[in-house]
Amino acid sequence: MSSSTEWPLWEVFVRSRRGLSHTHAGSLHAPDAEMALRNARDLYTRRGEGVSIWVVPSTAITASSPDEKDPFFEPAADKPYRHPTFYEIPEGVKHL
Amino acid sequence: MTVVTADAYEAAFDAAVAADERIEPRDWMPEAYRASLVRQMAQHAHSEIIGMQPEANWITRAPSLRRKAILMAKVQDEAGHGLYLYSAAETLGTGRDELLDKLHTGRQKYSSIFNYPTLTWADVGAIGWLVDGAAITNQVPLCRCSYGPYARAMVRICKEESFHQRQGYELLLTLSRGTPEQHAMAQDAVDRWWWPSLMMFGPPDDASAHSAQSMAWKIKRHSNDELRQRFVDICVPQAQSLGLTLPDPDLRWNEERGHHDFGAIDWAEFQDVLKGNGPCNEQRINQRRRAHEEGAWVRDAAAAYADKHQAALHTESVEATA
Repeated sequence: MSSSTEWPLWEVFVRSRRGLSHTHAGSLHAPDAEMALRNARDLYTRRGEGVSIWVVPSTAITASSPDEKDPFFEPAADKPYRHPTFYEIPEGVKHL
Repeated sequence: MTVVTADAYEAAFDAAVAADERIEPRDWMPEAYRASLVRQMAQHAHSEIIGMQPEANWITRAPSLRRKAILMAKVQDEAGHGLYLYSAAETLGTGRDELLDKLHTGRQKYSSIFNYPTLTWADVGAIGWLVDGAAITNQVPLCRCSYGPYARAMVRICKEESFHQRQGYELLLTLSRGTPEQHAMAQDAVDRWWWPSLMMFGPPDDASAHSAQSMAWKIKRHSNDELRQRFVDICVPQAQSLGLTLPDPDLRWNEERGHHDFGAIDWAEFQDVLKGNGPCNEQRINQRRRAHEEGAWVRDAAAAYADKHQAALHTESVEATA
């Protein structure tokens, strides 16, 4: 029987085709980066879903806390003037 | 103060579920919701990997290279589905080793359908058509499950299941239109798999332990009986196109209900298989344990290799800075 600890967790990002950015596909366990890439190919691109894969150790990701959701993103909430629809433009003005 | 905060968290959770928003891994959630999801997702993941066994039984004896390649791709997909679901379950804080250990020691279950044997090649077709068909009927509404990682895994799985069902249907159709012996083999497989497939939707609504709470949490969207009825209605015309019959003398269209009536399900058999007395329970779990134990040296070797290279990298960087 094996006494080894669990392999580390990796997050997998797949670029579905050229011109698009990588998006998160899921996660998997692998002993190292090279194996993580191979496993990601077998797991997330069995039907040509990708042309490029990134694997990132899950522990390397720093995430905003869901508890701070409101105060953390609050600065954007009261600035509607950052959106083009904030401004009134007379009828008939074009290319604006 | 902590009491107020806990209430606020619960209110936020309830509001998100009510508004059909998704709950994500780091959100606060009731412990019972977390436990219920772990139970369901683990059982689902275990079913996918145990489900590889009955079909893999026929890979070496597939009648043509075409059928063999298809079957290998399907069994590989089942492994993939298991991995998507294990990853999703792990977002709830339960480790992969713990999940596998619970499967191996019988503390978590898998779908009882996989405790039936695959006696002939036609069973591969019947599993694709009926077992995967029932799974799809169950899984499509799970794509809108309130827990985000589970819903996302289900979207991916449902896309792939469609191939599974169609290859099974085509396989049965080929047999049904073949020699009288082949036709009889297809009919026999359907006769054996029909009732266990109907049991896949779980106990009737009034006897289902988790249904009501799961529906309140929007983990489940439809009741067991509702999905079972939907599946029967879908299968009747499909069986006709196959030129095969379904083994139920009470099966008939009910104009008033707008659905097919069907015969009573043998729930005693279901409970018995669930308890471990099905034809293959012991074989399936022993095979799973053996595969895990025999793969231990591969996992150890890969981990040792990774450690060695990690150590070498570390030495290099120390030397470079020295």
